Amino acid sequence: MNLHGFGPQLLQGTLMTVRLALSAVSVGLVLGLLGAIAKSSRHAALRLLGEGYTTIVRGIPELLMVLIVYFGSSTMIGAVLRQFGIDTYVELGPFLSGTVALGLTFGAYATEVFRGALLTVPRGQIEAAQSLGLGRWHCFHRIVLPQLWRIALPGLGNLFMVLLKDTALISVVGLDEIMRKAQIAVGDTREPFTFYGCAALIYLGLTVLTSGGLMALEHRANRGYRRARS
Amino acid sequence: MITMTHTLPPALQADNIHKRFGSLEVLKGISLTAHDGEVISILGSSGSGKSTFLRCLNLLEAPHEGRIALGGEDFKLKRLKDGSLVSADPRQITRLRASMGFVFQSFNLWPHMTILENVIEAPVMVRKTPRKQAVAEAEALLEKVGIADKRNAYPGHLSGGQQQRAAIARTLAMQPRVLLFDEPTSALDPEMVAEVLNVINGLAEEGRTMLLVTHEMRFARNVSTRVLFLHDGRIEEEGTPDKVFDDPASPRCRQFMASHR
Ligand SMILES: Nc1ncnc2c1ncn2[C@@H]1O[C@H](COP(=O)(O)OP(=O)(O)OP(=O)(O)O)[C@@H](O)[C@H]1O
Ligand SMILES: [Mg+2]
Repeated sequence: MNLHGFGPQLLQGTLMTVRLALSAVSVGLVLGLLGAIAKSSRHAALRLLGEGYTTIVRGIPELLMVLIVYFGSSTMIGAVLRQFGIDTYVELGPFLSGTVALGLTFGAYATEVFRGALLTVPRGQIEAAQSLGLGRWHCFHRIVLPQLWRIALPGLGNLFMVLLKDTALISVVGLDEIMRKAQIAVGDTREPFTFYGCAALIYLGLTVLTSGGLMALEHRANRGYRRARS
Repeated sequence: MITMTHTLPPALQADNIHKRFGSLEVLKGISLTAHDGEVISILGSSGSGKSTFLRCLNLLEAPHEGRIALGGEDFKLKRLKDGSLVSADPRQITRLRASMGFVFQSFNLWPHMTILENVIEAPVMVRKTPRKQAVAEAEALLEKVGIADKRNAYPGHLSGGQQQRAAIARTLAMQPRVLLFDEPTSALDPEMVAEVLNVINGLAEEGRTMLLVTHEMRFARNVSTRVLFLHDGRIEEEGTPDKVFDDPASPRCRQFMASHR
């Protein structure tokens, strides 16, 4: 396959895609955990907040989400700064906008995954922790969270694969990731099949790698459970 | 000497504990005083409120009325809008709970940790015992309950009897002043009951203060210094094992003893 010298460009795009996916998933995991805690809360206000977040984010097409965050953020930051008498133009830029938009989306779906997982940790284990004098935070972080992770991992893995491909959307705001690099190459060489095919292979490769990584993580998280579950 | 023991505060004291679930009144005023070294068995038919009472004592369940004191220290309580009483002091309740070991019917070991990790978790995280010391103490406890060889196994790989013994070791690791057992052998296959009862018997012989909810009548009779019979949220009969088993005043208690041989 002749890449007409665009090989290094595609490689750079791949690195950018991976960086974006990793930073968006970090944001998304935190949001998802917070969302699940909010939705499982005793307080009606927190439940409403969690409900509002997942409903709104899941109701908006992702492409629109990217555009709203990219164009909306500078308008909003500008308005806030003006309140403090600062009149400058600030924008998030494609990378940060992509991180926020994809992170918000991932978080909304992850909220449901985590919430389902929260329900699977038996009440008795938390009572055992309480009866030994473990405080709320210790109990969550040492007893609930590791088990949550094990249950949620397959669902989160799925969401991550979707996220990985959604990074292509950020090309519309000019982030130099795989998709945009491929478009540039096509524009230059008029060989759409070569470069879109290449992009497809790269996404496929990343998905296969992810899949392997997930299997290793799941194997690790399942220590002590093999042969168990009577 | 005798007057001395009377001036010591009781290990555990509960006064007039009331508890309801919705409109169902489950505990209708239960009082109990456990002095150091006493082993008190709590008997009663299913639904009489035994578990609920035990769980109220360390506030796993929120009572609606009553007073609880451990070693003379009153639990600080506050009333919620729904009328139930919860701890008013998070630091006090975690400290007091750590001094009241609770052994559950369903063991409730943490499945993602090895047996050793289960046992050292609370000493290291709550008591701030140095890890090395906690491990040494945990190993001694596992030895004592007879599962030293399982220290690096996960709970899912142990038999029920081994899991319950591990759970007892986990509780002992916090050096509790009082031990509460809620039907510790009811979830076990018959052939594993004895190994757990042996451990509990050993603890009684050490002079530990214990409350034991059980359906193992013969064991209760042998191990207890005092027996309570609960019926419908009240103490129906109370006394020495011989008295409660052989010569109860209450007809209900007599009937219960007869039907449980
Ligand atoms: N969380 C709860 N919500 C509603 N009702 C409850 C709850 N826990 C217990 N009860 C009710 O309270 C009553 C006493 O229950 P408890 O578990 O204390 O009985 P028990 O004496 O321990 O019985 P068993 O021998 O079956 O363990 C029962 O009628 C039970 O249905
Ligand atoms: Mg019970």
